[in-house]
Amino acid sequence: MQLEGQVRIPSGCAIAAAISRDGKTMTGEKIMNAMKPMHDRSNGLGGGFAAYGIYPEYRDLYAFHFFFKDRASRKDCEVFLKEYFEIVKSEIIPTRKIPEITDEPIIWRYFVAPLKSMVSSAQVDENEFVARMVMRVNIEVSGAYLFSSGKNMGTFKAVGFPEDVGRFYRLDEYEGYSWTAHGRYPTNTPGWWGGAHPFTLLDYSIVHNGEISSYDANRRFIEMFGYKCTLQTDTEVITYIMDYLIRRQGLTMNEASSVIAAPFWSTIENKTDTEDKEKHIYLRTMFPNLLVTGPFSIVFGFRGGLMALNDRLKLRSMVVGEHDDMVYIASEEAAIRVMDNNVKNIWAPSGGEPVIVKVREGVNI
Amino acid sequence: MSIEFIYPEFEVIRDQSRCIGCRVCQRQCANEVHSYDDDLKILKSDESKCVNCQRCVSMCPTRALKIVKSDCTLRENANWQNNTIKEIYKQANSGGVLLSSMGNPNPLPVYWDRILINASQVTNPPIDPLREPMETRVFLGKKPDKIERGKDGKLKCNLSPQLELSMPVMFSAMSYGSISYNAHESLARAAKELGIFYNTGEGGLHEDFYCYGDNTIVQVASGRFGVHEDYLKAGKGIEIKMGQGAKPGIGGHLPGTKIVGDVSRTRMIPEGSDAISPAPHHDIYSIEDLRQLVFSLKEATEYKKPVIVKVAAVHNIAAIASGIARSGADIIAIDGFRGGTGAAPTRIRDNVGIPIELALASVDQRLRDEGIRNNVSLVVGGSIRSASDVVKAIALGADACYIATAAVLAMGCHLCRTCQSGKCNWGIATQRPDLVKRLNPEIGSKRLVNLMNAWRHEIKELMGGMGINSIEALKGNRLMLRGVGLNDRELKILGISHAGE
Amino acid sequence: MKRVYADEKWCLGCHLCEYNCAFANSGTEDMVKALKDKIVYPRIHIEDTGKITYAVSCRHCEEPLCVKSCISGALGIENGVIKIDKDKCVSCLTCILVCPYGALSEGDGGAVQKCELCLENSCGEPACVKGCPNRALVYEERCDV
Repeated sequence: MQLEGQVRIPSGCAIAAAISRDGKTMTGEKIMNAMKPMHDRSNGLGGGFAAYGIYPEYRDLYAFHFFFKDRASRKDCEVFLKEYFEIVKSEIIPTRKIPEITDEPIIWRYFVAPLKSMVSSAQVDENEFVARMVMRVNIEVSGAYLFSSGKNMGTFKAVGFPEDVGRFYRLDEYEGYSWTAHGRYPTNTPGWWGGAHPFTLLDYSIVHNGEISSYDANRRFIEMFGYKCTLQTDTEVITYIMDYLIRRQGLTMNEASSVIAAPFWSTIENKTDTEDKEKHIYLRTMFPNLLVTGPFSIVFGFRGGLMALNDRLKLRSMVVGEHDDMVYIASEEAAIRVMDNNVKNIWAPSGGEPVIVKVREGVNI
Repeated sequence: MSIEFIYPEFEVIRDQSRCIGCRVCQRQCANEVHSYDDDLKILKSDESKCVNCQRCVSMCPTRALKIVKSDCTLRENANWQNNTIKEIYKQANSGGVLLSSMGNPNPLPVYWDRILINASQVTNPPIDPLREPMETRVFLGKKPDKIERGKDGKLKCNLSPQLELSMPVMFSAMSYGSISYNAHESLARAAKELGIFYNTGEGGLHEDFYCYGDNTIVQVASGRFGVHEDYLKAGKGIEIKMGQGAKPGIGGHLPGTKIVGDVSRTRMIPEGSDAISPAPHHDIYSIEDLRQLVFSLKEATEYKKPVIVKVAAVHNIAAIASGIARSGADIIAIDGFRGGTGAAPTRIRDNVGIPIELALASVDQRLRDEGIRNNVSLVVGGSIRSASDVVKAIALGADACYIATAAVLAMGCHLCRTCQSGKCNWGIATQRPDLVKRLNPEIGSKRLVNLMNAWRHEIKELMGGMGINSIEALKGNRLMLRGVGLNDRELKILGISHAGE
Repeated sequence: MKRVYADEKWCLGCHLCEYNCAFANSGTEDMVKALKDKIVYPRIHIEDTGKITYAVSCRHCEEPLCVKSCISGALGIENGVIKIDKDKCVSCLTCILVCPYGALSEGDGGAVQKCELCLENSCGEPACVKGCPNRALVYEERCDV
């Protein structure tokens, strides 16, 4: 059977997220519990979490999470990394042996800073440099898979049900202000850990439920700009699209969602606000190849916030709830109620309408 | 029987038991196949003049006529086929170059027919175009590398001029001269009603049609016929024609007999003089010269019109397209080897150039590999026959398609492939007033509109089946395609997997 | 009232209107049976000047000279349509003489015949218009008659 990345595997999913607008931290317990009532939305072939604010002591370093096939590939990878980065800390990611999770690879993390001389000789900014190195490591270093590369955040994923994956990674011992989770229902997979979600690049992470019909149009376009879609998953390509639009083009979160879930032309034409109308016409004309069609609900995580977005026809369920400083997002309302039984103000955002939640200004994240 | 005798290719079969002697066949045949015998009171035919245009067959009110292929054959020979032998007789007799019209009729591979389209099942839903919006609008033109913001932080519109199409199909270049006034009027009216474009070809723009300017692309070709400032400004876009799929590497020749009246005035050449378009543009011998012409045209039109560069699909098309994409052109039009023509040397039409499917796939990939796909839009033509061909072309990477053969078929053409005779019985490829009037633009434009609306419906159905509700999401979406019966090399060039993979 | 109008710009002179007319008024369902080896009596005819061609049929005038001049009362107006009662016609041909358009003619059997817009034959709408290949004949309401 072909590995994920050699073949495109469609999948259905469950997603959930929780964030404190005050930047208050919580353990991973809450989000792990949220996945339990949505058990049937996954099939045990992938689960994962992204957590923001978990490495405050290494806030300014890139946290690289790796899967290694064996010791040799880890050694090779370190040789590669050392050429471009200063490795400040290197350690195994602590896990708990449980019967539900088996066949784990070597799971390692490095806290690194790119070498200044390397960044300046590449003539790009630091983030772009790191993004390029992430692509290179994953293509060039055999047996190594770099699946998390942001600052003060990390991704944890495995083959298994999400609630088990959380226990395996001991997420109850981490504290973060923002969490996202994913349970996967792939239609066919040899069960490769790298194929689980969330998918991340730098600080950006995506959990996604759906199967987009625009995949190859998006992929072939985004690959022009140095991205390499090695996994062939929707989540991967959407992450790159968001990175391209926000970090590289400088669009706002709202503008980016108007690109990927653009309003219909008829909706744009009926807009009475001329400025808004022209903005949408411009965005659709400028970035036609990044329109994403087909069903999707995504939660896009970034430093200091979350954005939830549905495809413009709303072909996937997604609800949002609020309570004081907390905002919850999930595929099903039940998941939100597990996280907070007193949740207020539950609503289902319309297709194409982004819900953007940001931690208050002034909070050190 | 003399040595140059060639038995007629077709037989006119008249069912005398049905013929009512109305003589419509006789009146409608410009080739004078039919005649009425006053003594015998019957209609007779001289099949040696028949080109099988089916005009008489279509007009006969009692279906008394049919045209069939003659079964008088030479001895069968797989190598020396009948047609090959007859061509040798013709050349031995005339000493001339053989001429043909319309596209390459030979049984070369049609890759469209070896490509199949995907549909959604279970893991994502198909979309019903009758219930949900389904968008087919496209914008052709260069897209800037970066967004720009004003001082107030608002997005600035930094787009260069774009062509807006309600659906990704346009009528490709056919000159006034090669086709009739009424054919041009039909195309112009249909383009306007549909919100797409038609193309003047290299014959200038008749003064009556300036009113359709917003749906017109004006062409500048190597003969520069009919080109002047107002002409350039009349259309919404300008096309530089470097080549044509039916006859790459050679120019054009409209005989003086067709340069009459308005055709001569519109082309700005004397009546009766042959209109000869040179093989190259004599001011373009290299890519840097092309760049100069692109910018000359942009200067002349104050940078308000996108410039299309049309080339024939030839072996090195990917590199050529890459050069054009860096020349300042906004759109590249590629014409495949099955594209039609009003007249071309048979040997060239049938043996030069490559299939559009392969050209498109390699150009699109090459421009992406070089990161310059956004510099230009890609329009492809050369035998786009149906809505599914359009969908496959878009999924391979085209922004839009050019159609001409399908358009003339809609107007009545029966592909008899004798446009070069100037005696088109359907009023399309002719300048003879009594024949031109046979195409009433009211009917012609309506039929073109019908055809395009039908295709638009079909495109939407196919898109909906794939779970795609906007044409942008189909562009370059090669995962939606699979090949059947193609070898590894072909699949690799097309950038698609085989069915079952 | 809807009338048949000819547009010489699009008339090809193919004469199909004549045959379609004769067929529609033949009472037969088979065109071959109706017209083969017979003299055809159409109620519309093509004028051919050598340069232009156009079809002529009854204009259904509001004050028709033919009706006024009919000595036997065979011609009359019914809902604006000028009709002929063949049984009453005595074949004096006065109507043919007075019609400024030349739209009446002598039919098979001697009685005068004219276009009655196919309202009562099997076609139901003017057969000439229906069969015109280039829309040189139209059947429509125009106010400036």
